[in-house]
Amino acid sequence: MAITSVKNLKEFSTANERFEGAHLLCPGCAHSMIVRELMNCSDDNLVIAANTGCLEVSTAVYPYTAWDTSWIHIGFENAATAASGAEAMYKARKRKGTLKNPDAPVKFVAFGGDGSTYDIGFQWLNGAVERGHDFTYICLDNEVYANTGGQRSSSTPIGSSSTTAPAGRVSYGEKQNKKDMMSIMAASGAKYVAQVSPNKWKNMAQVFQKSLATEGPCYINAISACCTEWKFDPKDTIHISDLATDSLVFPLYEIVDGHELNINYRPKNIIPVRDYLGSQGRFKHLFKPQFEHVLNEWQTRVDAQWDYLQRREAARV
Amino acid sequence: MSLENILSNAQRGQRELGAEKKVGWDEVTQGVVINAFEYDATNVSRELSEDRKYSDFSSYTATVASWRIIKPIYNRDICIDCQNCWVWCPDTSIISRDKQMLGIDYDHCKGCGVCVEVCPTNPKSLLMFAETADGEECLAGWPVKEKKAKETETE
Ligand SMILES: Cc1ncc(C[n+]2csc(CCOP(=O)(O)OP(=O)(O)O)c2C)c(N)n1
Ligand code: SF4
Ligand code: SF4
Ligand code: SF4
Ligand SMILES: [Mg+2]
Repeated sequence: MAITSVKNLKEFSTANERFEGAHLLCPGCAHSMIVRELMNCSDDNLVIAANTGCLEVSTAVYPYTAWDTSWIHIGFENAATAASGAEAMYKARKRKGTLKNPDAPVKFVAFGGDGSTYDIGFQWLNGAVERGHDFTYICLDNEVYANTGGQRSSSTPIGSSSTTAPAGRVSYGEKQNKKDMMSIMAASGAKYVAQVSPNKWKNMAQVFQKSLATEGPCYINAISACCTEWKFDPKDTIHISDLATDSLVFPLYEIVDGHELNINYRPKNIIPVRDYLGSQGRFKHLFKPQFEHVLNEWQTRVDAQWDYLQRREAARV
Repeated sequence: MSLENILSNAQRGQRELGAEKKVGWDEVTQGVVINAFEYDATNVSRELSEDRKYSDFSSYTATVASWRIIKPIYNRDICIDCQNCWVWCPDTSIISRDKQMLGIDYDHCKGCGVCVEVCPTNPKSLLMFAETADGEECLAGWPVKEKKAKETETE
């Protein structure tokens, strides 16, 4: 497998771009930072499928495409299905000797938003992982159905205000906790599972390369700060991502072969969860006195999760 | 087919559905071509943008410049070529070659300002200005290094 060097940023910057500009994602959108990095850190033939969502509708606006690779436009829930079908076809044609260029390795990637991954395409993703296809599924997790105007998904965190779970005088917004997709995918048989964030570009590139090199299904949960729905200034996308990883609201870790857990990033200075929450309009009501308890519960939850991850890493089970 | 033919049913109902010759799954008419199966499609990752032949269907040939109300201006004199702006630009608009930052692709830049925020130099090597600002004037009035509180005149 051909690999682009990601040893340092200067070397990485010599990669030739495969994700083109003049797509229509919002200014400052993290979706494109993640996708662009995936395409730049590999030299392989990539076959990419995308679920409907901001990424798909903004990168394939008739008559244009932003993708300099094989790309499959598919329904809201079917990126995993399309990628696994293409992978099965590739293997069959390889066996029969009908590939025009059998020596050029082909890698299969599926992208989905959290709405399509955690909710509506969950069954299809789970099926593709269970069948053991050799592909990587990347969830662009912006914790909301962004493309249709900000409805809650099962990834939306407690206390977030969304159009279908709005905060008001009485309600603090979302009541359900974010679904733990990392554990679910590890338990479903994914060979490699990891959580990444674009501010830690090197870890993200290494995880992408590792998952492309891993045989079998891989799942990557990529935190995608969404200025439009999270309500922050587009210039701050990387700053907000820094707050997310350094408050440990989004710990960066991986699970190999369903059990071996490694923490990929340990912040030198762990910042309070309220600093992360206070940076975004979707949480601003939590700072009213009547919702103070939600802030405290957040911190307790994040501390407990960090404790759990560290114990699991140490236990090597 | 003429409109007359479309409106009459003379030409229809002649082929019975399902009466076609049965073919195997790998003999059906191709509806979709996955280029990666038919060619080596990695040539793109070996070619610089300027050496490629983009089709009219590539968004590379389109522009979103009209989205901008503010634009980044680049000052080469201060830049240390760290490539922070390159890795985080969401619109593939920082042009770097041979590990050097060369400038901004104003056809595709949307003016988000991320590149300015992640630029580590003091003063910054990228700053946002009004879309209508004159580049030369911006460079002439570039801010000077912000002194840290501890720094003295003699330093
Ligand atoms: C089966 C189906 N249901 C609903 C929709 C409408 N729809 C299009 S995009 C979208 C939201 C996508 O949300 P998410 O998957 O989180 O991606 P994001 O836009 O946030 O990146 C919805 C509901 C659809 N296209 N297909
Ligand atoms: S709404 Fe959010 S995810 Fe969608 S394009 Fe805009 S910033 Fe990106
Ligand atoms: S302003 Fe935004 S789009 Fe323009 S070059 Fe900077 S990071 Fe890229
Ligand atoms: S971030 Fe600033 S210093 Fe680094 S390459 Fe870009 S302009 Fe130069
Ligand atoms: Mg979403």
